Amino acid sequence: MAETQNVYEIPIGPIHPALKEPIRFTFRVEGERIRGVDIRAGFAHRGIEFMAMKRNLIQTLYLSERICGICSISHPITITLAVERAAGIEVPPRAQYLRVIYSELERIHSHLLWAGVAAHELGFDTLLHLTWKVREQVLDLLEELSGNRIDYALPIYGGVRRDVAPEQIPKVEAMVRYYRGLLDELLDAFLRDPSVEARTRNVGILTPKEADSLCAVGPTARASGLSKDVRQDRPYLVYGELGVKAITPRDYGLEPRGDVYDKAVVRLLEVAQSLDLIETCLYEMPEGEITSFPKIPALLAFLKKAEGEGLGWHEAPRGEVIHYIRLEAGVEEPIVWKVKAPTYSNLMSWVPMFRDQEVADIPIIAASIDPCMCCMDRVHVVRDGSPGTVLKEELLRLSRAKTDRVTRHLSPVPRHGGGL
Amino acid sequence: MILKTLFSQLFTKPATNRFPAKYMPKSVLGFLGKVKEGKATLVPPVPVPPRFRGKIAYDREKCIGCQLCIRVCPAKVIEFLPEVKKIRMHVARCTFCAQCVDACPVDALAESPDFLLSDTDRSSAALTVE
Repeated sequence: MAETQNVYEIPIGPIHPALKEPIRFTFRVEGERIRGVDIRAGFAHRGIEFMAMKRNLIQTLYLSERICGICSISHPITITLAVERAAGIEVPPRAQYLRVIYSELERIHSHLLWAGVAAHELGFDTLLHLTWKVREQVLDLLEELSGNRIDYALPIYGGVRRDVAPEQIPKVEAMVRYYRGLLDELLDAFLRDPSVEARTRNVGILTPKEADSLCAVGPTARASGLSKDVRQDRPYLVYGELGVKAITPRDYGLEPRGDVYDKAVVRLLEVAQSLDLIETCLYEMPEGEITSFPKIPALLAFLKKAEGEGLGWHEAPRGEVIHYIRLEAGVEEPIVWKVKAPTYSNLMSWVPMFRDQEVADIPIIAASIDPCMCCMDRVHVVRDGSPGTVLKEELLRLSRAKTDRVTRHLSPVPRHGGGL
Repeated sequence: MILKTLFSQLFTKPATNRFPAKYMPKSVLGFLGKVKEGKATLVPPVPVPPRFRGKIAYDREKCIGCQLCIRVCPAKVIEFLPEVKKIRMHVARCTFCAQCVDACPVDALAESPDFLLSDTDRSSAALTVE
C-alpha cells in the first residue's frame, strides 16, 4: 500500500441519515479527500424471487410490482414481456401504446422525485419542496388513470387492465401542458442556479470510458455521453415506431463531463422527452382491445399450460431492467424468476465517482445514480442464522452438486427451486 | 424565477390539504371524538377520482363461492368459508390491486371509494368484509 498513515477509514451506513436506503460504504479518507471506497450491498434483500416460486403467475405479477415502490410500472411491464415471450402471448396494439404511456408517466414522476432528492442532498430544501409540489400533478393523473396513487396494478399478461377513457384524455393533455409550461422554470432552478452549479459541476465524474467498461446504464451512462438507451438499442412495445433517441447533455448544447450536473441535465430533458412520447401515443393510439385475455380463468389456464423461457427488458427511469422467467407446463408457479435491476449495473460506477472527492459531497454523489437498494439486493446467503459470503469455489461445488442431483433423478428442476 | 414563485406562494393557498384539521390537534383521537359530538369540524380529505381503488365491496348474495378471487389474490386477503360457500376478506392485508374484482365471474366484488381504513385492531369490523 502506497498510502500514508494519514489515511483513515470512515464507515457510512448501512443505516445513515444521508442514505435513503441501506448500503454500507467504507471510505478511505485523507483529510477531506476520499482516496477509495469499498461498497457492501445486501441489506435490503427480501427473497422475492423465492417467494414467487410459491405463487401463481398473477400473484407474482403483483409481487414484482413490490420490488420497488417507484418502479411499480417498470417491473410488472418487464415481467409481462418476459412471460409473454415465454408463453407466446400476443399483445394488442392499443395495449402496447397504453403501456408506453404508463411507463413514461412513471419516468416523469421518478425523475422529478430524484430532482427533489438531489436538491435536498445539496441542502437546497426550497427546491425540494417546489419539485415535489409539481410532482403531485403526475401522481394525481396516475391515480386518476389507475385508481392508485402508487403501485398502480396496470399491466397484466396479454395487455393492460385499464384503458384511458375518452373523458380522461383532456386530463392527460392538461398534465402535458402543465409540465411543458413549467419545464423552463425547473431548468432555470436546477441548471442556471449558481449554487447548484457550484455544488454539482465537476463533482462525481464518471468518464465515458469508465461508464462503458463498468457497464453503467440509464441516465448514469447517458450523462457521460454514451448513447445507451434500451428503448433505442433494442426497441420493444411500440418504442421502435416512436423513434426514441437516447438523451445526452449534447442535446442541451453541453459537452458531456459525466458529473452530477450532467446527470441532472439528462433527467430533466428526459421529462420533456416523456411528455412528447405521451402526447404522440395519445394521438396515434389505435382503437381496439386492451388485453388478449379479458377473462382471468382463461388466462390462468393458458399460463398453466405454457412452457418455455423468456427474457423481458425495459428502460426503467434508472436504466435497463431485465427479467428472466422459466415456465413449465402443468405448474402454475414460475420455475425460475431472475430480476436484474438498474442499480445493480450502476453500483460499481460509484468507485470512480467517489475518487478524490470531498467528504461533504458523499450524499449527492451517492444519490446521483438514483440508487434503489430494494430493487438491487437479490442474493444474500444466510445459513443457520449466520450470514456468510459464498466464494466462487463453494458456488462451483454447489452448482456441480445440483447438476448431479438433477440428472440423477432425471426429474425436471425441483418445483420450489431446491435451495442450496 | 424561483424567487418569484416563492414570494407568490406566500399569498396563495398551500398545496397541501390540511387534513384532518388546519393545525395538528394535540390528540387526533380526541379531535375525531369532538367531530362526532359536533364540537369541531373536519377539514375534508382530497376527493378521490371516479375509478378509485378503495376497500373492496362484497355482495354476499351474488357470490357463488367459486374461489377464483382466492386464487388470484397476491396478498392472501381472502378466506373461504366452506360451510356457507362464501368468503371473508381481511382488509388489513389488502394491497388494493382489485385483481379479485376483475376475476369475479358474477360481479359480486366491486371497488369502493372508501380509503380511511386505519384502525388499532386489524380484525375489527371495519377491516373485515363478509
